[in-house]
Amino acid sequence: MLRGLLQLTWIEIKVFFREPLGAIGTVIMPVLVFVLLGKFGTRIAPESAFTTSSIFKVDVPVFAAILISLNAVLSLVAIIAIYREGGILKRLRATPIAPTTILTAHVLVKLILTAATLILTIMAGKRYYPVDAHVPLISFGIALIICTWSILGLGFVIASIVPTARFAQPIGAAVLYPMLALSGLFVPISSMPPTLHKISSVLPLTYSVSLLRGIWRGDGWQPHIGDISALVIIFAICMALSSRMFRWE
Amino acid sequence: MPRSSRPVIRVENVRKTYKDFVAVDDVSFDVYDGEIFGLIGPNGAGKTTTMEAVEGLRVPDEGRISVLGLDPFHDVQMLQQRVGVQLQEAQLQKRIKVKEAMQLWTTLYNRKAADGDRLLEQLGLAEKRNAWFMTLSGGQKQRLFIALALINDPEVVFLDELTTGLDPQSRRAIWDLVRGIRERGKTVFLTTHLMEEAERLCDRVAIIERGKIIDMDTPDALIRKYCPERAVILATDDPTAVTRFSAIPNVDDVIEKEGKITVRGTGDDLVTEVIRCISENNIHVTDFRTLLPNLEDVFLRVTGHSIRD
Repeated sequence: MLRGLLQLTWIEIKVFFREPLGAIGTVIMPVLVFVLLGKFGTRIAPESAFTTSSIFKVDVPVFAAILISLNAVLSLVAIIAIYREGGILKRLRATPIAPTTILTAHVLVKLILTAATLILTIMAGKRYYPVDAHVPLISFGIALIICTWSILGLGFVIASIVPTARFAQPIGAAVLYPMLALSGLFVPISSMPPTLHKISSVLPLTYSVSLLRGIWRGDGWQPHIGDISALVIIFAICMALSSRMFRWE
Repeated sequence: MPRSSRPVIRVENVRKTYKDFVAVDDVSFDVYDGEIFGLIGPNGAGKTTTMEAVEGLRVPDEGRISVLGLDPFHDVQMLQQRVGVQLQEAQLQKRIKVKEAMQLWTTLYNRKAADGDRLLEQLGLAEKRNAWFMTLSGGQKQRLFIALALINDPEVVFLDELTTGLDPQSRRAIWDLVRGIRERGKTVFLTTHLMEEAERLCDRVAIIERGKIIDMDTPDALIRKYCPERAVILATDDPTAVTRFSAIPNVDDVIEKEGKITVRGTGDDLVTEVIRCISENNIHVTDFRTLLPNLEDVFLRVTGHSIRD
């Protein structure tokens, strides 16, 4: 069955890149946002402020990384909804392939795209963000994969509840983007009112931001075991939920 | 006629409801090895629900199903290895190439696959190997789905509303293909709401309406049973014709209208009797045709309404 999984994953990647809009939205947009932010940032901030400001040194890369991740998840929600509506999921299910293999292939595709987009972003943004030699890019990449994987779990829950493919993208965006506001990226979590603080503590983005920030700063993995555990637990809960709610047709 | 009396599909007292709606109600039938069996009825009669329960895609609320000796729901992966499925209104990824779909399907089955290239050739898709799914015509898509259903050299092939939406020419081409599947010794289980399709393809049919099977037999037997009437329409200027035809046994009535005579009666011998009468009496006939009932008439007779309603 591994052969089936790899074949399906490979075909899904090829099919994905044949759809220009999907490729632009998922891969090109985050790169563009990152580069424009860099350009914009260096113009308005004096050189000294730019290099010392933690916003541009840490949070812009983290923000860009989170955007990459969210775009991948949104694209998963949309694809699952379209495949369900078109009967593609059902057609695949009427073969010996295990249903979980079909979904695993989509997760793999999104993780591969996330990694590829991250690499592109780093290459395109080099001019504007002089990355310190000590920034552990590989660890950061792994951290982003972990975060994306966890948020994809939430993506499956959203994909389970969206009624039609038309609503997939807007509903997905309406659930995912507000999480950014509570993730601690723009407003420190400690300064949030208690209710928001609580909500923030069950959202995967909160732990993603904490993990990505820490790794970018050079923390190492040890201090972030808590974040990773939270991301794993959130993924497990989401998968348990979506395995009950998921509709194949 | 079925080549053997060994049932490869056995459906017993299957019932399936969706909330308050009874989609399939106490349905039982057997499909024999090597035959083309058709489940026929209007849209919404329960054909697809029944077929998808047999394919293992739906669990019936009650009843038992066995396919090739397997429980389709619990042994679904094992069953899928041995059957081929064409689903109603299925799609593939818009931008998947024909050859990629064939490759993917080949890897999904453990069994020694049929020769994909040869299948595409037989189905007239060879020059479409590099085409995206979305660029195929309706008939080409259906033929690709048939190719995918045959890729694992299956023992049983399921075809759900195979030719819906196709033009008559593509439809006929696909009928030939389905007969070809039977020639290769496979069993075919199909659903259709096209009575002509059922009559031309199926060895046996089951008429389903509102989730219940009304009757089941060969198309000819069903026609003989429910619609024994025959009619001959002919044109003649012989003034004695009407009286002569009326004297034939089994003739119910003879109507003369605008130079045409319609002779109606029952039984397979009616046409022969009319011909004998014409010949014995030297009646000069300028036009002659028979009007035989078909499955469409059977459906009207047993359900009280046309299948198109």
